[in-house]
Amino acid sequence: MSLVAILSLLVSSTFVYSAPLIFTALGGVYSENSGVTNIGLEGIMTMGAFSSIVFNLTFADTFGKLTPWLGALVGGIVGLIFSLLHAVATINFHADHIISGTVLNLMAPPLGVFLIKAIYDKGQTANINQSFGYFSFPVLANIPVIGPIFFKNTSAPAWTAIIVTIILWWLLYKTRFGLRLRSCGENPQAADTLGINVYGLRYAGVLISGFLGGIGGAIFAEAISGNFSISTIVGQGFMALAAVIFGKWNPIGAMLASLFFGFAQSISIIGNQLPFFNHIPAVYMQIAPYVITIVVLVLFFGKSVAPAADGQNYIKSK
Amino acid sequence: MENVTNVIEMRHIVKDFNGFKANDDINLVLHHGEVLALLGENGAGKSTLMSILSGLLAPTAGEILVRGHHVTVKNPTVAKNLGIGMVHQHFMLMNSFTVLENIILGHEITRGPKLDLKKAQTQIEELSKCYGLNVDPNKKVGEITVAQQQRVEILKVLYRGADILIFDEPTAVLTPQEITEFIQIIKELAEEGKSIILITHKLEEIKRAADRVTVIRAGKSVGTFNVADVTDNSLAELMVGRHVNMRLTKPEVELGKTILDVTNLQIKNKQGVAALKGVTFNLRGGEILGVAGIDGNGQDELVEALTGLRHVNAGKIMINGRDMTNQKVRKITESGVAHIPADRQKYGLILPFTVADNLALQNYYQQPFSRHHLLHRDVINQHAQKLVEKFDIRTTGINLPVSDLSGGNQQKIIIARELDRDSDLIIAFQPTRGLDVGAIEYIHKQLLQERAKGKAILLISYELDEIMQLSDRIIVLHDGNISGEVKPEATSDEELGLLMTGVKKEGTTLA
Amino acid sequence: MLKVTPRTKRILVPIISILAGFLIGAVIMLIWNYNPIQAYSSMFASALGNMNGIGETIREATPLIFTAIGFAIASSAGFFNIGLPGQAQAGWLASIWVVLANPNLPKIVLLPLAIVAGIIAGAVVAGIAGWLRAQFGTNEVITTIMLNYIVLYSCQYLMQQIMSSRLRIDTDTTKTIAANGSLKIDWLSSFFGDSRINSGIFLALIAVVIYWYLMKKTTTGFEIRSVGANPYASRYAGMSTKKNIMLSMLLSGGFAGLGGVIQGLGTYQNYFTQTTSLDIGWDGLSVALLGGGTAIGILLAALLFSILKIGGLGMQTIAGIPYEIVSIVIAAIIFFIAIQYVIGRLFKNKQALDGAVVKKEARVNVTDNGGQK
Repeated sequence: MSLVAILSLLVSSTFVYSAPLIFTALGGVYSENSGVTNIGLEGIMTMGAFSSIVFNLTFADTFGKLTPWLGALVGGIVGLIFSLLHAVATINFHADHIISGTVLNLMAPPLGVFLIKAIYDKGQTANINQSFGYFSFPVLANIPVIGPIFFKNTSAPAWTAIIVTIILWWLLYKTRFGLRLRSCGENPQAADTLGINVYGLRYAGVLISGFLGGIGGAIFAEAISGNFSISTIVGQGFMALAAVIFGKWNPIGAMLASLFFGFAQSISIIGNQLPFFNHIPAVYMQIAPYVITIVVLVLFFGKSVAPAADGQNYIKSK
Repeated sequence: MENVTNVIEMRHIVKDFNGFKANDDINLVLHHGEVLALLGENGAGKSTLMSILSGLLAPTAGEILVRGHHVTVKNPTVAKNLGIGMVHQHFMLMNSFTVLENIILGHEITRGPKLDLKKAQTQIEELSKCYGLNVDPNKKVGEITVAQQQRVEILKVLYRGADILIFDEPTAVLTPQEITEFIQIIKELAEEGKSIILITHKLEEIKRAADRVTVIRAGKSVGTFNVADVTDNSLAELMVGRHVNMRLTKPEVELGKTILDVTNLQIKNKQGVAALKGVTFNLRGGEILGVAGIDGNGQDELVEALTGLRHVNAGKIMINGRDMTNQKVRKITESGVAHIPADRQKYGLILPFTVADNLALQNYYQQPFSRHHLLHRDVINQHAQKLVEKFDIRTTGINLPVSDLSGGNQQKIIIARELDRDSDLIIAFQPTRGLDVGAIEYIHKQLLQERAKGKAILLISYELDEIMQLSDRIIVLHDGNISGEVKPEATSDEELGLLMTGVKKEGTTLA
Repeated sequence: MLKVTPRTKRILVPIISILAGFLIGAVIMLIWNYNPIQAYSSMFASALGNMNGIGETIREATPLIFTAIGFAIASSAGFFNIGLPGQAQAGWLASIWVVLANPNLPKIVLLPLAIVAGIIAGAVVAGIAGWLRAQFGTNEVITTIMLNYIVLYSCQYLMQQIMSSRLRIDTDTTKTIAANGSLKIDWLSSFFGDSRINSGIFLALIAVVIYWYLMKKTTTGFEIRSVGANPYASRYAGMSTKKNIMLSMLLSGGFAGLGGVIQGLGTYQNYFTQTTSLDIGWDGLSVALLGGGTAIGILLAALLFSILKIGGLGMQTIAGIPYEIVSIVIAAIIFFIAIQYVIGRLFKNKQALDGAVVKKEARVNVTDNGGQK
């Protein structure tokens, strides 16, 4: 294989595996910056994957090539609705954020499979016909070297994710909404005294994470797995959570971490096709994201990178 | 309009927390351009009343008039629109945000969806100049001093256009000199036409800063007086509701042998910055040594080093003639050290545990409280019963979680547990913080009793009055050094204030 | 509003959560045109209606008791050990490996050896998180989640690449263990209708008693609870927080590892490749949360969830309702446990009438004045 061919295979598969992680991790960044820890991303992705596949199977003939994109949107909406559980529990009902998030993770897989069985009378769905597939940018794909590596047969969801990242970074750090959202994760009591609607903004944070996590799950299902079963989403949500931490709760950081984890994932899958990587046991690549996250946490501890009030309930006195 | 100069009238305010009346028919009137002090003990209901005025709490009953109009302050935004701004005792700041971001938060200037930080910065710089409140708008709040943080809080309310300013215990964190500056600032604000409410329990500040004073006690209005017409003593009596003995009688006690001997103690904090830079002092039996200073000048590190909670980088700690430098907490405790920690709920108690378990916290592992790792419940309970009676701890039972007890009774549990062990050295760090006058008196009496028994007492406090009243000698900590040693009868607040800011006294023996 | 004592409330909250969870399950079934009454009755009938069902229910409960105790110990010390699946998996693989590698040892040596190997494996995995927490203050929720996946892939690697192929049937399944390493008791199985019930249940009952005794009666338990409730005050009182963090995580992982041992030496008699983190880990977490961390609560909650899980299989066959409804009901129950603040508000404390609670409110007020947090 030529170097360009190797690189383009590597980059495109990294992009494919990163896209779901980027969306979901961005969701995690928003939830945690508003002060709600969200380890339920895994469950949210599961619901997104489930709903997008059902939508895709049902409407592929109607919408044609547009189907996976609409499916992602449907996944996002279902993820948002599912995340309401977490929002209500943590914001209004004083639930422990970790337990509540765990409930999402416990609930989503059986709920998805139950509904699949109820709808299709079998344990997993058929494969979809309208998947995301590969996309080549017009004009850009023809640039020598860079074109084939980055713009030819690449992942459109990944490029979308990168653009969304920039928008969400701007929203979080440059706008009034972002400043206020972060203040709820930093010192909700102080925010309250300034007339900031802490509950409302925390809802916004959690629901955004539900929407983006749902999209992430949908993209995974419609670009990688191609169907839905109990084992469609196994660990991607937790990996996205790891990316939030590795990315130091910053959208750009989370995106870069997701790209790196996507790279590690794709290596563990396509490594045998590549020189050099085919000598490394796949297990190293499989566990890399998780080991790296632990190492990062150890190294950064004490430098208070997490929002100060992340995971703490804010109980307004009346 | 009956009286235009009344900017605020609070009438018959009641606030009921599930049967507990924090405010019970309170009246308060604030005139235009005055400084009104709101005086009351800890727990009298001052903060509750002001939280109602600033829209954080809803009153159960009563009415509020602002500039002669009936209003319902249902949230902080309403308060802000009425021109009411509050500077909280615990600063309401975002440490990871810049000064600028903190000031504009909740009241942002935007261009389209985007924050217009440039314009905000210009406005804030103008305000700073106008009131002499200098702070760097681009510094992170977590990186500036407490006095500067207070300025940020003041700028925050001014930026919101407030002309009614409420200050909740604003001087608790300031040095005497900073207090003077602060009083200057609020007087200027009042001259500019701002109306100010100053919540405090310090009589002396009222004398210096306020025009009138409203006194509340146990949730009820006691009255409003012109400051010029009342004496300190009568104010104190109005506040407490009975005659208070402002002077403690301190009997002569013969000094015993040296119990604590600290030589050249040096400690680095977590960031590797020197927190104590070579501190030397000693303490004898029958003596109370006061440690004065502003919060954050090495007090925490000193106490933690003496009790084994923090690693000592250099120097020596001798307790009862034995080297206790960098020993384990338990070994130091067993060598005869009682420790009344500054933050009772964080360090002194395990809130969900019962009264009995908390009273056994220092000896649960010893016989007869346990044997072979097996707890002896009956012994633990008897011990608790005994201490509850001896120290007059008000609780409905020894098996109640201590979280159900009042602050004063929680502190009594710590005092009981620590003093009952008959230790030679008593380290009391802010032992009366947040307590009412009765509890403060009780604790001061206990400490003097221990002194009379020949115990050595190290009293670390940010309350200068407490230090002056109880100590036989005073050392002042500044920036990790002892900036001076004085006798309480031969010093003044001014001198201590200078020492607290690091101006060394001529001819001190220890510095 | 009902007036109850706090003690009654502690019992009522889980009961209401259970009922609410069942109700959610019923609503979901009704929406999809299944008959919830038929579902629940067939569920209980098949779990408890015959000896095999009872045996399987007990068998199902056995590992859950261990993992739940593991969770509860860490939880007492203030840690959310979400790594039970990985710890159990490590225990499972280790115990099977020891038995397969030493086929000729006598049972009296081999069985304890395998059990201990499983305990150690689980303890080591949890110990990593404990050590990181004690040494660097690293958040154990994240490290234990990450360790689940590290263990998941590492076990696959160990079994496929490191374990001698003589011990395996194929790349995904080991050989079945010999009787000298098994927890199976023939008479017990045949008494319970040839179910897979095994002597693990006796170990589990002993474990419940040990757990209760350790936490309530010993200074060790006092210290663990103390560190969990307030690490600062515990340090102030001369306890070693690091020691207690390590101890509680090692114990927690050890019990979780035992849960895995039961799956290996008791239920399945072999090890096979896992594609997702182990159920007994997640279910143990649910059991501990429903049981409120108490010994008796854990026992009852483990039995309830096992009835659901074993009965669910029968329900699927008899009533044709997807088995997954069981897990949905369990998740819903835990949701209600998580929001127990709201459920608790359905009742008024009887104690509100005497002084204690009034004082508590007074303290709140002192708090806003006095600078105590």
